[in-house]
Amino acid sequence: MGILLFGVAKDIAGTPKMDLPEHITDVGALKQWLYNHYPALMQLSSMMIAVNRSYATDGQAITAADEIAVIPPVSGG
Amino acid sequence: MDVLISIKETITVQEALDFIQSPECGGEVIFTGTIRNHTKGRGVVKLFYECYEAMAISEMHKIADHVKAQWDIKKLAMLHATGDKYPGDIAVVIAVASAHRGIAFDACEYTIDTLKETVPIWKKEFFEDGRD
Repeated sequence: MGILLFGVAKDIAGTPKMDLPEHITDVGALKQWLYNHYPALMQLSSMMIAVNRSYATDGQAITAADEIAVIPPVSGG
Repeated sequence: MDVLISIKETITVQEALDFIQSPECGGEVIFTGTIRNHTKGRGVVKLFYECYEAMAISEMHKIADHVKAQWDIKKLAMLHATGDKYPGDIAVVIAVASAHRGIAFDACEYTIDTLKETVPIWKKEFFEDGRD
């Protein structure tokens, strides 16, 4: 399924979609990988990861079969 | 509780009002969020709303589930617009109906406050001065 990026996270990474790096197996590791590759993400006041359309905690396991999304601070309404 | 949840290009207050009409309700509370023509002193030309729609719908249902568990609300409509929006356009409508007004105000406030915190929708502002 891969990783979907939205809002300013999409702008920072320069893409709306990417594959899950092979060695990444949980949400916390994915966040660290994203911060390492796109340091500007660290300037966001928050960065949540959603797995299969629900907010996930750092310990949650992920695989390439999951729908993963990078959620910068939301601003609806 | 009957629930109407919708995310689409154009939303209207009337469709929310029509949905919450009920002979058993005597209190209807409507919140509308519209596009303001300024942010922090800078003129706003337009906003663009981006949405992770599948998850946004799911999060809006979670809000509705909480409202249903917390208050005796009969009808709840939650509408959000997407795409380009200009000053005066409607971005969001929350409409709540219950037998009496008190809990309708409470549920409406909870719904819009939580929507702004948890529903994955993002606005991008375009300013008169052309800068980001």
